[in-house]
Amino acid sequence: MAQYLLKRLIMMVPLIFGITLITFVVVHLAPGEPVQMQIAMNPKVTAEARERMRRFYGLDKPLPVQYVIWVKKIAMLDFGRSFAPDNRPVVDKIRERIPITLSLNIISLILEFGLAIPIGILAAIRRDTLFDKGMTVFVFIGFAVPTFWLALICMYLFGVRLGWLPISGLHSLGSESFTLIHWVQDMLKHLILPVSVAAFGSLAGLSRYMRSTMLDVIRQDYITTARAKGLPERVVILRHALRNALLPVITLLGLSVPGLIGGSVIFETIFAIPGMGQLFYNGVMARDYPLVMGILVIGAGLTLVGNLLADLGYALADPRIRHGQG
Amino acid sequence: MREKWVACLPLLLLLVLLCACDDSKKGSTTLHLGPGKPAYGDAMVVGSIGEPSTLIPLLASDSASLDVAGLVYNGLVRYDKDLKLEGELAKSWDVSPDGLTITFHLRHGVKWHDGQEFTSHDVLYTYHVTIDPKTPTAYADAFKQVQKAEAPDPYTFRITYAKPFAPALDSWGMSILPSHLLEGKDITKSELARRPVGTGPYIFKEWIAGQKITLAENPDYYEGRSHIGRYIYRIIPDNSTMFMELKAGGVDMMGISPVQYQRQTDTSEYKKRFNKYRYPASAFTYLGYNLRHPLFSDRRVRQAITSAINKDEIVQGVLLGMGQVAHGPYKPGTWAYNNHIKDFDYNPDRARNLLAEAGWREKNSDGILVKNGKPFQFTILTNQGNDQRLKTAVIIQHRLKAIGIDVRIRVIEWASFLTQFIDKGNFEAVMLGWTISPDPDLFDIWHSSKTGPKELNFIGYKNPEVDSLLVEGRTTFDMGKRRRCYFRLQEILAEDQPYTFLYVPDALPVVSARFRGIMPAPAGIMYNFIKWYVPKEEQMY
Repeated sequence: MAQYLLKRLIMMVPLIFGITLITFVVVHLAPGEPVQMQIAMNPKVTAEARERMRRFYGLDKPLPVQYVIWVKKIAMLDFGRSFAPDNRPVVDKIRERIPITLSLNIISLILEFGLAIPIGILAAIRRDTLFDKGMTVFVFIGFAVPTFWLALICMYLFGVRLGWLPISGLHSLGSESFTLIHWVQDMLKHLILPVSVAAFGSLAGLSRYMRSTMLDVIRQDYITTARAKGLPERVVILRHALRNALLPVITLLGLSVPGLIGGSVIFETIFAIPGMGQLFYNGVMARDYPLVMGILVIGAGLTLVGNLLADLGYALADPRIRHGQG
Repeated sequence: MREKWVACLPLLLLLVLLCACDDSKKGSTTLHLGPGKPAYGDAMVVGSIGEPSTLIPLLASDSASLDVAGLVYNGLVRYDKDLKLEGELAKSWDVSPDGLTITFHLRHGVKWHDGQEFTSHDVLYTYHVTIDPKTPTAYADAFKQVQKAEAPDPYTFRITYAKPFAPALDSWGMSILPSHLLEGKDITKSELARRPVGTGPYIFKEWIAGQKITLAENPDYYEGRSHIGRYIYRIIPDNSTMFMELKAGGVDMMGISPVQYQRQTDTSEYKKRFNKYRYPASAFTYLGYNLRHPLFSDRRVRQAITSAINKDEIVQGVLLGMGQVAHGPYKPGTWAYNNHIKDFDYNPDRARNLLAEAGWREKNSDGILVKNGKPFQFTILTNQGNDQRLKTAVIIQHRLKAIGIDVRIRVIEWASFLTQFIDKGNFEAVMLGWTISPDPDLFDIWHSSKTGPKELNFIGYKNPEVDSLLVEGRTTFDMGKRRRCYFRLQEILAEDQPYTFLYVPDALPVVSARFRGIMPAPAGIMYNFIKWYVPKEEQMY
């Protein structure tokens, strides 16, 4: 086992190098550069000022030199300073946004799984009934409706017309003076719309998947046996069928873990949520190289770690992987 | 039976959503109109699409940063409501008779927000840090013309130029930075970028990244305490969301689009709760021709294209009338704007005649003009994300088709637009805009020495008379003389048509009706912000 782990870890080194190289090349292939995005078409800026800013960011050095400087810093876990005029450390910028994106994504994920699994099970055991068909239509409406449109309509209905929910942002004005309970309540209220719209949009895939695996399981012999034993239907479905049907869904859950730190630009923009999606998008638009590369490298790193953990899990369960055969 | 009900659920939901779209009657509390009594207190929530990047204005070039920093810092001079320079931190200034030396007399007793006194040393520091080659700023160039800067006593600041430089005064509107907090430190790593300390009417309180910035009124402000207690800058990146926040009361002020102004804010309830303002923005949109291209080197061709474009139709169609036709590079109503220039108005017959004079007589089977076997065809480039420019291009395409010119339109992402096309001179015509600065100096945009790569006269306009007018206009402080230079400049540009000047859009801010004391002027509405107030009985926060 230790040997397997070591092998995997050694294999990750060239992979990380590859990631940094590709990241660097892709970012620099995009036309334009940070200085230009900041000051282009500004009559007050002369060529000299532009050169001065390029020198400040180290953009006057040849690309390979820039790459080496950057990788050296990365090796010491220093992601450098942003090329935006605030010149803040990239890590700070990411750090203040990751908790928001992460918690929002986790809540949506829980809601999504919490709704999609029962919908899928019920649809499977009541196959071809009106419920099944109705739910199919329902989840596919969620799938087909553009989320930004649905978001705007919901904001108008619940925020402007009914006045039940706040429209955007994470906190009300003056929330700093709230008591803790009030503060949490206020934030939860702000989260209702974005989380439910996000979950509604992604119900379709998961619930249909759940339905089909459930259908597969129900047709198995052991389910017939369980029924023949005279077990109540509830027990048959929940204890015997569901466990097996859930396995592939759990794999799916594992796959969505790296996505947790990525935010959706459109979503965050509409609901004015300061998350990773917006940070990344604005970074790309401003050609903020250190920020973009930092987010990409951290994301890739997390994916690598996730994969490693998943593989270790499989290896624990399956001796064939552990011993490198088959 | 239950199942049937469940099946109807999606339809029901859809129905609810659709109902939400129409009829918008909703009871709201009636507000007391009338001026009310000036009072202190309340807060103003301003919506902004972008988040400031840094609150050290020297390092920022985005409008969000400058909006917020403008309330925290002061410059030596500023523009008044009629866009004329007046003293801010400087009580007054003298220009020596030869125009080479400017002496600023600073106000006494102005305090930084941390209690330190403001002196000429701060001005000197701001000057030095701006020209320091290690400072990544976009604003060093005007200050580089300075030959000598000195602070003979704490309330006098004197600068000497090598030659008279009129835009110099404008450059001293730059925010003055606190030397006692910055001197000897690296300005790019200063925490003032996130927690500014200035001399202005508002004191910085808090910045929650990606959400809002809060400022509080400065009780010791030298011009008198501002009435509105807090200024909250809320970041809402989506315009539709911001518009809904406005309706729901989460935002008190925002800029709206012509469609929102004309169609979505016309209900009586809306008019009761908000005041809409309208005045020319400091910007114009133009169609620029690459004068190095053989198609456009002939002036008659450019005049013909301008004659074929109906600018009024563009203002109506694209801006829904919320703007005015532009005839030159200055803002209508300002001192440099020439009212009497003869522009080429819409006249397709004149356009055809001018084209015929230039040798475009025959038409091919598609109705396109042909000369030496080549059809008259060109591409208008414009940048992605500006819907108004794209619509304008489409209207122009239609009008030019009528006189036999085949126009293609290409929309390109901003970065590629600059690097692949503008910087390389690789374009035929572009649809772009300029902001209009209050100082009329346009040396960088029209002087023939500015036609190199990455310079702003990228259309390659060269006219010796314009060159000498531009130089004369920036080397004299005599307003009368400057005005004559810029009036003549506008006449020449109207005759030469290196650009077809299209329109000056209107700025359309909306402010909640509880704010009083707003007086629109050529400079907009924000110039007297410290005098705005909310009567006690209407205060919300």
